[in-house]
Formats: sequence, structure tokens, C-alpha cells
Amino acid sequence: MQGVLGISRAIDRLSEIIGKSVMWLIFVAILISAINAIVRKAFNMSSNAWLEAQWYLFGAAFMLASAYTLKQNEHIRIDIFYGTRTRRTQHWIDLFGHVFFLLPFVALMAWMLIPYAWQAFSIGQISTNAGGLIIWPARALLAAGFVLLTLQAVSEIIKKIAVMRGEMEDPHPFISAHEAAELEGAALAAEVARLAEVEAARAANSAKGDGK
Amino acid sequence: MIEFIALNMAPIMFASLVVFLLLGYPVAFSLAANGLVFFAIGVWLAPYSDNSITLDWPLLFTMPQRLWGVMSNETLLAIPFFTFMGIVLERSGMAEDLLDTIGQLFGPIRGGLAYAVIIVGALLAATTGVVAASVIAMGLISLPIMLRYGYDRRVASGVIAASGTLAQIIPPSLVLIVLADQLGRSVGDMYKGAMLPGLVLTGFYVVYVFLVSIFRPTWVPALPLEARTLGHGITSLLVAVAAIIGIGYLAHTQLYEAYGANADIFGATIGIAAVYAYAVIDKNLKINLMSRLTQQVIMVLIPPLALIFLVLGTIFLGIATPTEGGAMGAVGSLLLAAMKGRLNLTVIRQALESTTRLSAFVMFILIGARVFSLSFYGVNGHVWVEHLLVGDGEGSVTGFLIFVSVLVFLLAFFLDFFELAFIIVPLLIAPAEALGIDLIWFGVILGVNMQTSFMHPPFGFSLFYLRSVAPKSSYVDKVTGKTMAGVTTQQIYWGAVPFVIIQVVMIGVVIAFPQLVMHYKGPAIDPSKVQILAPTLNTLNTGGVPKLGAPVLGAPNVGGAILGAPKLGAPVINP
Repeated sequence: MQGVLGISRAIDRLSEIIGKSVMWLIFVAILISAINAIVRKAFNMSSNAWLEAQWYLFGAAFMLASAYTLKQNEHIRIDIFYGTRTRRTQHWIDLFGHVFFLLPFVALMAWMLIPYAWQAFSIGQISTNAGGLIIWPARALLAAGFVLLTLQAVSEIIKKIAVMRGEMEDPHPFISAHEAAELEGAALAAEVARLAEVEAARAANSAKGDGK
Repeated sequence: MIEFIALNMAPIMFASLVVFLLLGYPVAFSLAANGLVFFAIGVWLAPYSDNSITLDWPLLFTMPQRLWGVMSNETLLAIPFFTFMGIVLERSGMAEDLLDTIGQLFGPIRGGLAYAVIIVGALLAATTGVVAASVIAMGLISLPIMLRYGYDRRVASGVIAASGTLAQIIPPSLVLIVLADQLGRSVGDMYKGAMLPGLVLTGFYVVYVFLVSIFRPTWVPALPLEARTLGHGITSLLVAVAAIIGIGYLAHTQLYEAYGANADIFGATIGIAAVYAYAVIDKNLKINLMSRLTQQVIMVLIPPLALIFLVLGTIFLGIATPTEGGAMGAVGSLLLAAMKGRLNLTVIRQALESTTRLSAFVMFILIGARVFSLSFYGVNGHVWVEHLLVGDGEGSVTGFLIFVSVLVFLLAFFLDFFELAFIIVPLLIAPAEALGIDLIWFGVILGVNMQTSFMHPPFGFSLFYLRSVAPKSSYVDKVTGKTMAGVTTQQIYWGAVPFVIIQVVMIGVVIAFPQLVMHYKGPAIDPSKVQILAPTLNTLNTGGVPKLGAPVLGAPNVGGAILGAPKLGAPVINP
């Protein structure tokens, strides 16, 4: 089991690194969109390449982050029944879902998307919009997202079995959506209080500075 | 038996979707799995189905193209942009400043703090669209003040939770983007349609507080004198407002020739900018011609108003697309946070983290829904739903809307608005269109309806956000030093009830008065005022809508020339 868990850890690590770095692509997309809007209005210039770049970047972000979201157990559930079960039953539901819902779907999509991306690459397909971008990188991102999800699904299955056999601690004890909302609120409240304190300290400092 | 199953695939598929979802496995993948399972069953049963199942294996290979469609959807780009903007603003401390200042402005009147909460709720709603942020900010700042000066706990918590949910219906809200996308309408139109109902709802809240202040004055007392820290000075505020109008009007007259209809907007911008600039100078140089209250109100209120204009104004004027508006708003929120000295790498990173997480789960629900709908349409599910909801002949529009509203109201106890929008709404489009319902109007009805799900005890998320920041047990008030009792969950629930009722009434109002929404189309054209000039055929121009040249066609065929189209002038519309 330890060897298999090693594989799982490696996959988790990969998903986490990718998932945490792609978030910056959204930031880039925001900047491109804002600058593009201003340039379009002010200088009456626009190019489809910039428009397409925005959803390339967003697509990359959500496709490549979804494996990490899965690892963090943050794809939302309807917990009206699930929440009332024992943790043991919840494990069985998760394992069943991983094996029969998740894995077949993501593996099938990955299997379809790889040739789909390859085809665009081999004929050098370009967007039909005037001045558009080449298409294969975006399709490759779709494929990569599902390949990563397939790997993550395998890792989740390994971890779930290990947790159920007692060989590993439960990485994500169940929290209902409502409890999560309360936790989120408390965290935000703490953050706001912290910021206010920082500000008060800064104000006090600058008042001291004025006094000198 | 096989024939029976084959002919009833749609209801069976829908029923099993309910089971799949209730199991509690993540929604996105349950949807996709349900779609794939029934795709396989559908292909197997197609020969027995009397042609009602149109699935075959090659159809499955259109999935990559469908995923490509999800990814290349420019409308949905607005989701991460507005989410990012909301989270940055929530860290910028804007809500806190607004609440402090507007609370002081309205504090001296009875119910004033409650009005302030509603106004700030609406302002925050017009900038962010994140319910959690508004409720938490107001719960942290306004609730303790309201409790300190003797507000009824139910009114106080109800008004805070409800004002927070305005973020759902006042543009730019995420739910409207998603609904517009699913209904195949433009986000800009959806925003225009939702604006008025959002403001009317805000007005209803204000009326409710007003009624409470008349019939139960002790529930909503005015701030006592010692708590009015910004002092008086309403006069100079009125002068400032007059100055804005004066300068704005002057600029308008100067600019009118150059810019035409847009001059009033530029004029207003100049007027506001001038007064804002003066307030900054007045404060920094300590001229103090303005009262402290006025300075504070102007300096706190104008940046968010500018941000609202940057986002909603540009979208409504057609200068920017909603996606661009979102991006500009996101940049604007960064500037605002920077002005307050609250911008740093941690804030950006946290905002991006939350945005990415939300994007990933939302987009994957959409992907799952695409797989589901491929199979569901393949087994003629849309025909089944339409038949179920509209029946054979004349369904009544009102009956359908009320039925859908009740359905969504109940489903919203268990499903959040993303799930409703991606799973349920697509099924309702065909019946709605069959009844000739305008889809923007329909979308706004659904939007107001989904808002109630945030308020409904014991499921409403708004109540949980408030619960997380309201004191659970008794505490010592910092200002008065008195021991105050906490707010019980019971009180939060009872406080929510009147507002749930108001929201339900609002659904009825939007259904009863479609013109609240329909103005998005611009002024209606009155057919009786349309004149079609037909200079060569004067006898036909007998007022009303003329019979378009029909008599000519009936005339005996005296040669090709007469049969040619009559020379009708372009229609002239008299306003």
C-alpha cells in the first residue's frame, strides 16, 4: 500500500503545483481585458487575438485547476442525504462515485480530447476569426485538464481506500455547506479585524510621526 | 417491457438524475455520469423506441466540440472578473467606511441605522455581487451598533441578512450572468431588465423599515446624541449637492454642442469630480468650509459611485461589454484598495485563489450539464418537459410562471443557484418560449426567486453568514460597558421571515408588471402611431396600419408594372 500511496502523493503534488500557479492566468486575463477595452475605445483598435487570449487564459485556469479543486474536495455536493450519514457511509459513497462516476467520465473525455487536440496541431488549424490565434494550444489545455483529472481520480481512489483501511488519516473530514459558510464568515471576520488593527497601528504610528 | 422503458426514457432519466444527485457525490461528475449511463442505455434501446430516442455512438464524439464551446464562451468570462472584483473590494474596507458614514448620516432619524444598512447593501450590491461579503461586513459593523442602541434583534438581523442578498439581483450579479448565458440572451439586457426590480425591492425594504418605525418605534430607535460623532452639518451637505448639480449643469450646457446626448453624463462626472476634489482639498488644507459630515460623506461615497459608473454605466451606455465591464471593475477595485492602502500581494493571491476555485467548480457543473443535456435531448427529454409543463394546447402564461416560481422556490432549499441555472433552467426554456414569454423577463423572475433561497430559514446562506459574525452569547459592549445578550439563532430566523415575504411579493410584482423588466428593449413602438408613407398610393393611407398594397395585387393583371412592389416610403415612427 505504501508504494501506491507514494504514487498518490506524487499526483497530489503535481495537481497542487499546477492548480496554484494557474490562478495567475486569471489575473493576466483581467489585465488584458481591461487594457483591450480601453485601447479599443480610445484608439479604435482591436484584435481578435486579444479577445481570444482572454478565454484561452481563463480556460487554462479552470481546466488545470479542477484537479486541485478535486483534491481539496471543493467540487460542490448536495449534502442533504450525504450529511446525515456516518463518515463510513460517506466514504463508501465517495469511493463509489470516484470509481463509477468520476473515473469513467474523465478518462473517456481525455481519450477523446487527445486526438482532438492532435488533429488541430497536425493541420496547424487557426481560429476562423480574423487575426485569431492558433487553436491547438487551447485544445491541448482541454485535454491536459482531463488527463490531470484522470490522474487525480486515481489518486483519490487510492487515498479513499487507504483511509477506509485505516492506513491514512482522513484528509477532508466532512463539513456541511452551511458549516462551511459559517467558517468562511468567521475567517473573513478575523481577516477584517486584523486589517483594521494594522490600520489602527499605522494611524497611531503616523500620529506619532506628526508629533515629532 | 423494453418498449415501455424505451418510450419513457426521459422521465426515467430525470428520476435517476435526482437519485444520482441526492447521493451526495459532487454535482458536476454526477451529472456527467448520469448523462453517460443514459447515453449508453439510449443507444441500446433506440431500436425499440419508435424513433423517440435519437442517440448513436457517433453523436458521443461531438463531446470535444461541446467542451470547446464551453471553454470559448466569452460571456462566462465575466464570472471570474466580477468574483475577483468582489473579493478585492471586500478586503478594501469600503463596506466599513460606507456603513460608518451613512450610519452617521441617517442615524439621527428613527430607523436610520436600518436605512443605512439597506442603502449600503444596495451600493455594495451594485459593485460586487457577493452576498457573503456584504452580510459579513454589515454584521460586523452595524449589528453591534444597532444592538447597543436598542434595536430589536429580529429587525436588526433581518435587515442585514436581507440587504446582503440584494447582491443577487442588483447588477452586476453572478446569477444574472449565468442566467443570461443559459437563456441565450445578452448579459447587458439581463442587467438592464434586473436593475429596476432590484431598486423596487430595495424600496420595499425601506418601506418595511418605515412601517416598523411608525408602528413599533421602540424597535428601531434613533441614535442618541452622544453617538452622533460626525456632528451636524446637513446644510453644507445640501450646498455640496447643489454645487454638484450647478457645476454639472454648467458643464452640460458647455459640452452639449460637442457631445450631444452624452453631455449629461460628462456634465455629471465633472460636477461630481469637482466637488470630490474640493472635499479632498478642504480636508487636507484644513479650510473646513465644509462640515466634517459633508467631507466624510463625499469622500466615502464618491469612489464607490465612480466604480459603479465604471462598471454598470459603461455597460448600460453600450461602451463596454459586460465582460469588459467586469475587467475594468476588477482593475478599479484594485485601485480603490490601493488608495486605502489595503492592496498587497496577499490580497491579490487570496482573491485569485477563491476566484479560481469558484471558476473550476462552476465551469465543471456546466460541463457536467452539457453531457447530461446531450443525452437528455437525445431521449426527447425537452419534448417531455414541454409537454409536462405546457400541456397540449393553451397553457396560461401566469399559471406557468407561478408553477415555475413555486418549483424553483422549493428546489432552492437544496440546490444552489449555479445548480438551478445549469440543470433546471435549460429545461424551462422551450416551454417558456412556447408560451411566448420574454426570456429576459423570465430570467429576472428566476433571479428574484433564487434570491429568496439565501434568506429562507433554516437553509438560507445569508443567515449562516450572519450567524457566523453575530454574538452567540452575552458580551460586554465596548462603548457602554454594559453586558449585552447575544443574538439567538431563533431571532435571526424570525427576523428573516418578513423579508422572505417581501421577496415573495416581489416575485408576484415582477410577474404582474412585466414592464418593470421589459423597458430593456427601449421605448415601445405603438403600432397605431406607425405611419407608412405611400406617396403613390394615397388612397391606401387610411390611418392605422395600412393594408400593405394588398388591393393592388388583387387588381386585374394589366401588365407587370403594377404587380411590382408599390413604392412604400420607409416607415416613419412618430414618437
